[in-house]
This record gives sequence, C-alpha cells and structure tokens, in this order.
Amino acid sequence: MINREEFLNKRYKSEKRFQFYGKSAIVLALLFLAIFLFKIFSTGYTAFQKTWITIPINYDPEFMYLDADQKPSIQDLEDSEYFDVGIESFAALDQNANEDQITDIKRMFAFIFEEEIKYHILSNPDDFGKIVEVKLTASDDLDQVFKGNYPRELPEERRRVTDYQLKIFDKLSAEGKVESNFNFSFFTNADSREAELAGIASSFMGSLFSILVCLAVSFPVALLAAIYLEEFAPKNRLTDFIEVNINNLAAVPSIVFGLLGLGVLLAVFGLPRSTPLVGGITLSLMTLPTIIIAARASLKAVPPSIREAALAMGASRMQTTLHHTVPLSLPGTLSGTIIGLAQALGETAPLILIGMVAFVNTIPGSPMDPAASLPVQIYIWAESAERGFVEKVSACIMVLLIFLVLMNLVAQMVRHKFEKKWN
Amino acid sequence: MNSIIFLTIVLLALSSYFFGRKKALAIRSTNTRLTALPRFYGYYLAIWCAAPAFIIFALWSIFEPTVVKYIVLQSFSDQGLLEGELNLIFEKAKSLSRGQFSGEITTALQVAADKYASLRSTASASKAVIVLCLVISSIAYAYNKLSKNSRTREPVEIFLQWLFFFASLGAILTTVGIVFSLLFQTIEFFKIIPFFDYLFGMHWYPAKAFVRDSSEALDPSMYSDTFGAVPVFAGTFFIAFIAMCVAIPIGLLSGIYLAEYASNKFRQFAKPIIEILAGIPTVVYGFFAALTVGPFLKDIGNAVGLDVSAESALAAGAVMGVMIIPFVSSLSDDVINSVPQSLRDGSYAMGATKSETIKRVIFPAALPGIVGAILLAVSRAIGETMIVVMASGLAANLTLNPLESTSTITAQIVVILIGDQQFEDPKTQAAFALGLTLFVVTLILNVIALSVVKKYREKYD
Repeated sequence: MINREEFLNKRYKSEKRFQFYGKSAIVLALLFLAIFLFKIFSTGYTAFQKTWITIPINYDPEFMYLDADQKPSIQDLEDSEYFDVGIESFAALDQNANEDQITDIKRMFAFIFEEEIKYHILSNPDDFGKIVEVKLTASDDLDQVFKGNYPRELPEERRRVTDYQLKIFDKLSAEGKVESNFNFSFFTNADSREAELAGIASSFMGSLFSILVCLAVSFPVALLAAIYLEEFAPKNRLTDFIEVNINNLAAVPSIVFGLLGLGVLLAVFGLPRSTPLVGGITLSLMTLPTIIIAARASLKAVPPSIREAALAMGASRMQTTLHHTVPLSLPGTLSGTIIGLAQALGETAPLILIGMVAFVNTIPGSPMDPAASLPVQIYIWAESAERGFVEKVSACIMVLLIFLVLMNLVAQMVRHKFEKKWN
Repeated sequence: MNSIIFLTIVLLALSSYFFGRKKALAIRSTNTRLTALPRFYGYYLAIWCAAPAFIIFALWSIFEPTVVKYIVLQSFSDQGLLEGELNLIFEKAKSLSRGQFSGEITTALQVAADKYASLRSTASASKAVIVLCLVISSIAYAYNKLSKNSRTREPVEIFLQWLFFFASLGAILTTVGIVFSLLFQTIEFFKIIPFFDYLFGMHWYPAKAFVRDSSEALDPSMYSDTFGAVPVFAGTFFIAFIAMCVAIPIGLLSGIYLAEYASNKFRQFAKPIIEILAGIPTVVYGFFAALTVGPFLKDIGNAVGLDVSAESALAAGAVMGVMIIPFVSSLSDDVINSVPQSLRDGSYAMGATKSETIKRVIFPAALPGIVGAILLAVSRAIGETMIVVMASGLAANLTLNPLESTSTITAQIVVILIGDQQFEDPKTQAAFALGLTLFVVTLILNVIALSVVKKYREKYD
C-alpha cells in the first residue's frame, strides 16, 4: 500500500517537473527577447540626441580676408574662408592656450565647424565684424562624454579625449553653453566617417529603392505564377517539379541568392554594382517563393462555389479567375507580399555580396545610384571601432525594427479588414 | 535609345487597343452580333502589337553585346592571346570609343574602338528599324484579320494562360540561375585545385592565394594547402551543433507546453511573441552577439580562469540558437497538434498522467515530424550568415573548443567576396565552390525534412 502511494507521488512529482520545464522554456525564450530589446533600446536611445556647444565666434574681417570698411555682399561671404575665424574663436576660449591646446580645442568640434560658422553669417549678414554666439556640433567623443557613455575614469592616454579638452568642456558646460536636443541630422545626413555627422538617410533611401524594385519584380511574377499553379496547371510532372522547386527555393540560404546576383546579374548581365537595382532584383528572387506560397494559400481558400457560380453563368475560366477568384484572394496575397518584403528589408548577406557595402556619403536619387541599405548600414557601423557608432548602430536597429513592426501590423490589418470569412 | 523603343512599343500597343475596339464597335453598329466584347478586339490587337516586338527586342538586347564583342575581337583572334587579354582589349576599346580611356592608344586599339563605335550605332539603328517594322507589320496583319466572325477572346485568354505559365517558370529559372552561376565558377575552381584537396584538405588560408599575373595563376603548387575546406566544414557544423543545443531543448519544450498544457489564451499571447524572435533581422542578432554576448562570455571566462576568445564559437552558436527557437517550437507545436486525440484518450484511459502520455505516446508518434522540423532548423543554422560574420572569427581554425573562435562556410564566402572581386581569381571561385557545397547540403537536408514531414502528415490525415 505504502509502496503504491510513494509510486503515485513520484509520478505526480515528475508531472509537475515536466510542466515546470515547459514553462521555464517559454519564460526563457521570452526573457531572451526582453533582454535583447532592452539592450538595444537602452544603448540606442541616446543617439536621438545631439550635443551642441555654443561659443562666441569672432567674425573679424581680418580672418575672413575681407575689407573691414565696406559691408560685404552675400557672394563675398559665400566665397571667403572661415577656418581662421574658427581657430581664432577657439583660441579665445583660453587666453593662455598654446598651439597644441588650440588644436585640442578644435578637435572638440565636428570638422564641419567651418560650414556651420559660414551658415550662420550667411543667414545673419549683419553679424559681420561682430562677436556672436554660435551653436556648433560637438565632436562624437565629447558627445559621448556629455551623454555619460564615456568612462572619464580611464587614464588619459587610453582616452580619445584629453584632460585639457575635458577641462574646457566642463567650463563651458558649467556656463550652460553645452546643450543637447533632438538629432535631426541622424535622419537627414548620409553616412559619414565621423560618428557625430553620420546619418541613415542614404541607407534608408537605398532600402526604399531596393524594396520598391523587389516589389515591382516579385509581386507580378509571383501572383501570375500562383494563379497558374492553382487555377490552370494540369496535374503533370512539370507542375509537380515547379511545386517542389518553389518549396525548396524558399529554404535556400539567403547568401546563395547573393552569389546568384554576383555571378549572373553582375558578371553576365553587367548591371551596375552596389546599386539598389541589383539588390532589389536579388531580393525579389528570394521573396518570390514566399509570395507564391502565400498567394496560392489564399487562392485555395476561395471556396469552389464561387468558381462554380461564375462558370455556371457562362464565364470562361479566365474570366472566372480574373473577375472573381483573384480579387477575393487579394487580401491574403497582399499580406503575404508585405511579410515577404519585411523579410527582404531585414536581409543583409546577399546585399553585401553584390557590393552594397560601399561607403556612400551621398543620398541616392534613383535605383541606379550606389547605396547601402539599413541592415547593411548596421553591419558597416558595427564593424567600425569608434565608440560613437555603437549608439548609432542601436538607433539604426531601432528604426529598422520599427519599420518591420509597422509592415507586419499593416499585413495583419490588410488580412483582418479585407479578407472575407467563408463558412 | 532602348527606352525610346520601349516607350514607342508601349504607346503603339495602347493606341492599337483603341483601334481594335473602334473596329469592333464599327462592326457592331452595322447590327451584326460580335463574337466577343469589343474590348477583347482591343486586347487582341494590343497583344499582337506588343508581344512579338518585346520578344525580339529582349533577345536582341541580350545577344547584341556578345555578337559585337565577337566581331570586334575577330581581328585579334589570330594572335594567340589568352581570353583575359582579349577581354582587356575589348574593355579598352569600349572605353576609348566613349572617350574615357586614359592609357596608351595603339593603332590596333584605335581601329578596334572605331569598329566598336560603328557596330554599336549600326546595331542600335537596325534594332530600332527591325522592331518598328515588326510592330507595324504585326498590327497590320492582326487588324486585317479582325472581322465580325473573328475569335478574339480565346486567343487573348490563351495568351494570358501562357503568360501565367512563363511566370511560374520563374521559380525554375531562379534555381537554374543558382546552379548555373555556382557550377560555372566551381568547375573553374576545380580545374586549379584538385577536388579531393578541397574536400579533405586541412588548411584554409584563402588570403595566401592571390594572382600576380595571368601566367602564374595556373600554377597549382602555389595553392597547395590553401583551399582545404575541412576546417570550414567543421566550424560550420560545430556552430550549428551549439545552436541546436540551445534551440532544441528550449524550442521543443516550449512547443510541447504550448500544444498540450497552455490555455488557449496563453497560447494566443505567447506564440506570436516567441515568433518575433524569428522576425528580427539576423544582422541585429550579429550585433548583439558581437557586442554583448561575446564580451559577457569572455568576462565570465576570465572570472573563472578560462581563456575565452571575444569571438568565440559559443557566443555565435548560442545567439543563433535563440534565433532558431521559434522554428523548432512552432513546427513541433504543429506536429504535436496533428497527433490524433484518440491516442491521448487511450493513454489517459489507462491511467497515465499528462506528462507520461506526452513522453510515451505523443512524442514517439510525433517523432518523425519533430525530426523533420529539427532538420529544417539545422539547415537554417548552416545557412545563417550575419551572426557568424559578426560574432565568430574570420580565420578557419580546426577546433572543438567552443571557447575558441572558428569560422563557417557562409562567413568565408562573405570574407572572400566583400569588396571588389576578380572572377579569374581562384579565391573568388573558392567562394562559389563553398556556395555550391552549402546549396547542396541545405538542399539535401530540406528534401529529407520535407519528405519526412509530408509522410508523417499523410499518416494521420
């Protein structure tokens, strides 16, 4: 009797244990996701802030090589040099600074300080000859210091920021001359070697063009192929072969499509390297099976009664298909297409192989211009050593994830809102 | 030029639609019954206008460069030059004729450039003339054929059906393209590197191989002990193994829990969230593995006195495993759900607990399907690129220590092909050979997995 009870208890305990394993597996999976998102968002959100330092700029005619007595025209201001204006104003921050220290101060600012100084005087020509406060972009190292991402405790020789720079910076900071606000340039600038100036505009446009090319190529082909296979194809060996082919193609590693793009599109057809056109076509070959499978499933879901009714009214098979079956299946096809495009948007490896990793510091205007894409930009920035890029990568990931979430939501919405329920 | 021809064809096709419709309406106005709706007359004419023209246009555009190249290079063909040199001459002539050439201009090159330019202009002019003649004659032919009794709907529908058929060949074409591009370069590769040296060689240092000039490229001794792929294969399966060690227990247990224990509500909440893991781009996982997991494992290793590389196989494999969890869990969830209820009822009736039923009845019944799911996941792990490129090493070490760095097929392909490539270079061809190996291995895994799953489904349907 006692033996039996013990046996039962043991069995119940093992039941509990098993349930616990299952629960902890799920909790573990969810935990991974949570840690992951937390890590990305906590390192990335600071990239949406940009640090500015306001310093007095001396628009002395002498440093601009202009005549002091006469008011210069806009063209004169456009043509003159601003490097010395900047250097003199930097030197004025610390009266006792020697040559090296002035260079240090210069390095506290982004290298586009000349343009920023020029931009100010062009929009306020009256400041000619005066000393005015101008907001300049801080260098990425100081940007990181201000955001608290840079360990000040490191010994000076292991830091990219010198003690002198920190002294000047803290002085300015105490005077309230350092501020940070929303980083618009992250969204409007192209890629740059300088972290403080790098933005996602070029890679965003690259992604957009690639996705559009991908949509333009894969959607029509996939839709027509699905219609053929579901509505017209006779049951024979060729049809079976096409079906097996599509299923296998859906599981081919993405990098193989990159090799295809390289070996056929670039080498044989001679299409231009590094362009969203080639990237888009490569991605479209990859999404083709996804869309075909989705379109076939939604064609299959249209009940036969619809087809029979149309045929009974004397419509031809083609008319039945094009006027009734296809329109009814379109919501499912579209949502499958959007999901396929979302996959293509996140794809990196094939684009690297066709050369979309080139450093592009202009914003592409057409699919024929060299470009990167958002995931490739993540890869490029992740490989660079500068500390300022770490938060940029995370921010770029956030932008990419937001787009993926949006696309998936739209796909869900299309499906739920427009799909007819048959029962 | 091409876009002008293209636009002309499109415009002519559009206008011929209206001509065809007008003719049909004219016939109808004489009180005759038409055999099809007037718009089919329009479609009929438009298809006759556009289809032959586009086919000729496309074929011409594809073959023109080859023919032009052949004719230009004919004058050089008796000099016994290598293919690469001929290609170089052709590229030079091409850029010279565009006025972008900055090198030394020889007479022969000038002649070739002039020939190229004249051939190009003749070709594009004759292309325009031929295509336009074709458009006009086919419109005229079809327009004359249109009469009250002519069948227009059927031909249009048959044309559409053929169009659909060709679209469905797109998938086959892609596969052919993959096989062709991989095989072509791989055969070139195996002309230099013996097949067995590649398959069983123990050293992989592609950086050692670079072509100095074309005569040296064919010297096989230069490449001995350079392209032995065993370390790469070993690294690939090793990292995939680590990934599966993470993904199989977590994925399978969560799949079982979702299928057998979870309430409907919990299932609807948890399943999509777990599937988010599969939707995150792999480059993002790569960044996470390289920046967070790698250093984290290294710190732990240092704390307990182990020497852990920052780019360890463990970091890449573990993160890859997390990525694969949803594959295993969703697939095994589906498989377990399709086990018939009668098996469960039978087991419960014998007094078995739920976990005993799962372990002794459902799991064995679902095993083939689960094996199929795992094979699909393995093929996914082998083909995964970005995580390995970013988080694991780039040098192919032959090691079984998960704390050291190692490399995979996909990572090596990226390492070799990033930046500019020369197709004559055995290094580039080696990447294609790796690609072919990857394609074949994943194809075999997929075929087995799909057939196992299919057979399993049939068993219970």
